[in-house]
Amino acid sequence: MSSRTTLIVGLVGLVAVIGLTFVLDPYRNYQLATIAAYLCVVAGLTMLTGVNGQLSLGHAALAACGAYCYAFTANGLAEQEVTGPVLLILPILAAVVGAAVLGLVVGLAAARLHGPYLAGVTLALVIALPAITSRFSDVFNGDQGLYISVERRPEFLAGRGGTEMFQAWVAIACAALVVILLRNLMKGNFGRQMRAVRDNEVAAAIAGVNVARTKVIAFTVSSAAAGVGGAVLAFMTQSANPGAFSLVFSLFLLMAAVIGGIGTLYGALWGSILLVVLPDAIGSLTKSLSLSPEVAQRLDGNLAVGLFGAIMVLVVIVAPLGIQGLLRKGRLKMQSRGTPQSVPVPK
Amino acid sequence: MELERFLFLTVDGLARGAVLAVFALSLVLIWRAARIVNFSQGAIAMAATYLAFVVTSATGNYWLGLVAALLGGAAIGFVVERGVMRYVSSVNPLNSVIAALGVLLVIQAIIGMLFGNGYHPMKLPFSQSPLPWLSGLSISAYDLFVFACVGFVVIGLAVLFGKTNVGLRMRAAAFSPELARLLGVRSNRMITLGWMLASALSALAALLVIPTELGLNPHSTDAVFVYAFTIAVVGGLDSAPGAVIGGLVVGVLLSWVSGYLGATLSPVAVLVLLLAVLLIKPGGIFSVTKERTA
Repeated sequence: MSSRTTLIVGLVGLVAVIGLTFVLDPYRNYQLATIAAYLCVVAGLTMLTGVNGQLSLGHAALAACGAYCYAFTANGLAEQEVTGPVLLILPILAAVVGAAVLGLVVGLAAARLHGPYLAGVTLALVIALPAITSRFSDVFNGDQGLYISVERRPEFLAGRGGTEMFQAWVAIACAALVVILLRNLMKGNFGRQMRAVRDNEVAAAIAGVNVARTKVIAFTVSSAAAGVGGAVLAFMTQSANPGAFSLVFSLFLLMAAVIGGIGTLYGALWGSILLVVLPDAIGSLTKSLSLSPEVAQRLDGNLAVGLFGAIMVLVVIVAPLGIQGLLRKGRLKMQSRGTPQSVPVPK
Repeated sequence: MELERFLFLTVDGLARGAVLAVFALSLVLIWRAARIVNFSQGAIAMAATYLAFVVTSATGNYWLGLVAALLGGAAIGFVVERGVMRYVSSVNPLNSVIAALGVLLVIQAIIGMLFGNGYHPMKLPFSQSPLPWLSGLSISAYDLFVFACVGFVVIGLAVLFGKTNVGLRMRAAAFSPELARLLGVRSNRMITLGWMLASALSALAALLVIPTELGLNPHSTDAVFVYAFTIAVVGGLDSAPGAVIGGLVVGVLLSWVSGYLGATLSPVAVLVLLLAVLLIKPGGIFSVTKERTA
């Protein structure tokens, strides 16, 4: 797609989604906000893994870092009796900076590692997170986590929509910013460098790409995006606790990127939607089956996890480009049926 | 008093490390057979341990459970390799990692659906209280049992790969699948065999370690896998002796850290160790340089 079409599609989509917040009920608005929050993290992950070839299982920990930075800053500001937009924007910026710094540290190590080694290190990072929060529980308040004073919805919204609507707006704004920045980064010169490093490090180095620097920058940017996602989640739930950023969450993020179509921002969007919608659909399905409470409790969550895992395996084997790849293939087929002379060549 | 505590922690660490070494060995086995770090290994071992739990609960016999875990582990390894991993394209090395993570989620979900997400207590075949005739060292009968199992596994693997025909074929298939096939080795079958062997080993490790400290639950091997991965990396993914020595060293280190600094810090210590080793010697301490890179 040309830049102009992307711009138009993006703007129309953004307006449509914001319009949607006015008609949805509070619960659906909350889900919409969750999708937007996930999109921030998954978009960063899809760039790192799909475009730059670095597999991270630690994005839950990076998002957690963002959430805790948000919590500390927001609570600090609230103590100083700061209110208004500052109480919202400054903590998010703090989350970005905090996650980016942690990402820089991990990224410096990651630049020297390949495939499974990097995956192992980032896996250890996620496992270590609850250990750190419970060891320094006077700071992080252990497993319970921190309560956060957040900015309430502005006064002018009072009659028109609930807190969830405001949350959705904030989340959508953050996701839009992240996606626009990542898109420009991926389309530009740096995106080419990232792809060159992914495909062949030696060739990239010979062509004048600074391999280590490219990897470190990619990891740092991706971490910053994860930090935004963590901050939005913290803002929505008014809490930051290690349980919300577990290993399973990390795997879910990877799954969203893979199932949606790794390396594409549209894929990140499909994946994030699936991540929220599928468990919800399965939940209502099991509820409608009127199972015994014990069976229902066992199915709750597990069924979604298993289904996600199975889909991920299938995608890797059958359709490595994910949902976005399938959509693209379908579109190309339709176009070629219309004008058989000019079959567009997929990049 | 200080010395006694130090001795206790060291011996305890050796016992834990021996088990982790077996787990790390299973990772090394699959790496050598198929050049894959199997991220679903922990889940396979966990599922096999559930099988042992069911059999032991039904029959009241620990040893039947042990056999069930070994056979069940091998069977799950067979299914995962023949059903999933064989079809994953090896063009991109990330594919196999992602597929293994998918398998991990499926297994955890199935176990969660069958048994619930709660903890199940497991029985031990021997007591965990220190033996009187080894006073001062505080070694329990169960520790001795663990050491015996680990010793048996290590010697068994050394004989298998060093002395037997099958072991030679497995090494050939891992080293160069195409060439081995030309020479009459059924490479695919050998890779499957490697998976089954490795899965049975990790099942044994999980069965030894889960009852004592973790408790049986669908996520009980998450941390164990990270420890074993660290050990395998510290030892160099290709080296079986490296995995054993690395396992003992990491076990003692973890025991010291949790004894002197607090039990919750073990995962952090592992993270630090892993980073340190990978940054200083990315191939692992026992790795040998095969070819010049870049």
